[in-house]
Amino acid sequence: MSDNTTPSNNSFLNDAGNRALIFQILLLAIVVFAGYYLFSNLQANLDNRGISTGFSFFNEPAGFPILIHLIEYTEADTYGRAFVVALINTFVISLLGIILATIIGVIMGLARLSKNWLVARLATVYIETLRNIPLLLQMFFWYFAVLAALPAPRDSYEFADFLLNKRGIYSPNPIAQDGFGLVIFGFILSIVASISLIVWAKKRQTRTGLWFPAYWSSLGLIVGITFIFLAIAGFPIEFDLPQKSRFNVTGGMVLPPEFVAVLVALSTYTGAFIAEIVRAGILSVNWGQTEAARSLGLRDNMTQRLIVLPQALRVIIPPLTSQYLNLAKNSSLGAAIAYPELVAVVMGTTLNQTGQAIETIGLCMLVYGSLSLSISVFMNWYNKKMSLIER
Amino acid sequence: MKSNASKLLPTAVIAAAIGAAVTAIVMSPSEQVAEKTTASTAEKTANVTAPVNNSSTTLENVKSKGFIQCGVSTGVPGFSNADDKGNWSGIDVDACRAVASAIFGDPQKVKFTPLSAKERFTALQSGEIDILARNTTWTYTRDASLGLDFTAVNFYDGQGFMVRKSLGVKSALDLAGTTVCTEQGTTTELNMADFFRKNNMTYVPVVVQKADEALAAYDSGRCDVYTTDKSGLAAHRTKLADPSAHVILPETISKEPLGPVVRHGDNQWKDIVTWSMFVQVNAEEMGITSKNVAKTKSETNDPAIKRLLGVDSDLGAQLSLPADWAYNIIANVGNYGEVFERNVGPSTPVDLPRGLNALWTEAGGIMYAPPVR
Repeated sequence: MSDNTTPSNNSFLNDAGNRALIFQILLLAIVVFAGYYLFSNLQANLDNRGISTGFSFFNEPAGFPILIHLIEYTEADTYGRAFVVALINTFVISLLGIILATIIGVIMGLARLSKNWLVARLATVYIETLRNIPLLLQMFFWYFAVLAALPAPRDSYEFADFLLNKRGIYSPNPIAQDGFGLVIFGFILSIVASISLIVWAKKRQTRTGLWFPAYWSSLGLIVGITFIFLAIAGFPIEFDLPQKSRFNVTGGMVLPPEFVAVLVALSTYTGAFIAEIVRAGILSVNWGQTEAARSLGLRDNMTQRLIVLPQALRVIIPPLTSQYLNLAKNSSLGAAIAYPELVAVVMGTTLNQTGQAIETIGLCMLVYGSLSLSISVFMNWYNKKMSLIER
Repeated sequence: MKSNASKLLPTAVIAAAIGAAVTAIVMSPSEQVAEKTTASTAEKTANVTAPVNNSSTTLENVKSKGFIQCGVSTGVPGFSNADDKGNWSGIDVDACRAVASAIFGDPQKVKFTPLSAKERFTALQSGEIDILARNTTWTYTRDASLGLDFTAVNFYDGQGFMVRKSLGVKSALDLAGTTVCTEQGTTTELNMADFFRKNNMTYVPVVVQKADEALAAYDSGRCDVYTTDKSGLAAHRTKLADPSAHVILPETISKEPLGPVVRHGDNQWKDIVTWSMFVQVNAEEMGITSKNVAKTKSETNDPAIKRLLGVDSDLGAQLSLPADWAYNIIANVGNYGEVFERNVGPSTPVDLPRGLNALWTEAGGIMYAPPVR
């Protein structure tokens, strides 16, 4: 039979679906077998070498200090807690980096498109320079070059109650006194009021077409109401001021140079890439759209906000996701300049003190994997929300 | 069906990649096969406690590749440091050269792998290197749980502190409130924490990934104090912009016996590395140097020296080494005193006193080796 259009018979193997299924099962079997082989090989080798395994070390005291800890941590705490401290440090630097890089990227992307010759050239120089220098080098630059330029603690620069020296930026530390609960209540109240205002303004606009500056008003509401409650409670905040002592500055809050250097390097480097993405996104929107908007009588800022930007975002978001992922992963370079993030604390100190290479490296892979996946999932959701809705 | 395939494939690739990465961390490919056979023979013959003389000892591996792979530091003057031509020198480098002399009769049959503190143990465990000679402190946990064996002590050290002279600090007990720089992944990190806690002093730790960058942070003024083993302080001080402006405080806050490390489970290899070190100490005690070793061998009547140099007996055979293995070590590398003087002694920039590392027969020394017999 040479007629291809009708199946010769109902042979199991001739069905495309069945064949695909068989290959799937075969592949799965190979993967499972390979995984089992590697795992048992690993176990046998570890036993032979007398290398202990497992995560029991997580409950043992770590014994080493960590420079930056946003939760309570001392040398007497466990490796498990040290891991959490490092995790938080990685999250904080990634999140702040992403926010700053986005702001820098949008400003620089728009600046490069500016009609002002100087602004456009400056943005070009910034983007082309930072994109072409390795990030690690930039971190070293921000860390060592800036440190070298700053004075020793005893000769700190002083502005009001702020101090700046080689050991960081010191600010007064606000300490809540009795009655601060009332202020928190006021703050929550102001947020509720703002949300109601925004909802009302939107409804009114749909109904009557009248426009109300809801966002600026909410900002005023939040600041205003919180301040009123602060005054009612009698300003229940005291400030712990930084004082110069024999070696360092004591008291106050400090932003260590390690943190500043990593944050600046990450956000300016990734910002340069984001700037190009923003520029591409805006250029992708046809000029006709702007002309059409103008002919409808929309003002320039409204044209940008309501017509150009929503269309540009569709082009911007997918590559932006990659940049966010890069930034989160690049935060691991902070280990090189003593920022105590995941790689420094877990793959550096913990691995070396316990010797549990497989456990610690596996854990770090898991964390970076989940961090990247969550960013990806969030951005995909946002992308879907922003994409053209076809009716 | 197509969508199923695209879902399954990444899972497969990820699983395989993780598996491969984990295996690569623990084993190099050639050893995977070897270890596998060991495991299966061990299963067949029940109650085999240790794999003795299996088909691929480290010695045989080393002999078949023709050189020793030796893990050293990324640059500590006097201990392991490469010059601008890539020639390595230092006490730790000489430990590897001594083993190469014992096996091959040639101190040059060593290849060096520079390792940071946090990479070193994994490199040894995974078989990337045969000996780790990288100012590594002998501790209980490292010996007992890392699958490693310490061989001998080639330098008795202790942790100290270095500060700027201008600070006017005379004792480590005056360091309360200071900022302290050190390298990541070392016993130093723990000792520092213990010391400050024990004395109820607060401090700010700045733990940098590599020694050179930790030193740069100290030099730039980020820290008041730089801490590591005292030998390391002396070595690193030579790299500072103005070495004379810095002072090493008198206190020694820990015991740091440093020495070469090998993988656990290959007793023959461990013995070779251990006794290559002991031979050098014994040679110094007997007054044999690289200069007089040839003459001594032909003229001596001392039975102990004859035994050591393999004149009328062959102790080397017990470790599958040539009969003149000890002779080669002394002739090529020298005795322990020569190694010390050449690398870190008063005539070198590192300028360390002999101190604890003098022979046990001298005042203040504890360097002692079991007899060769």
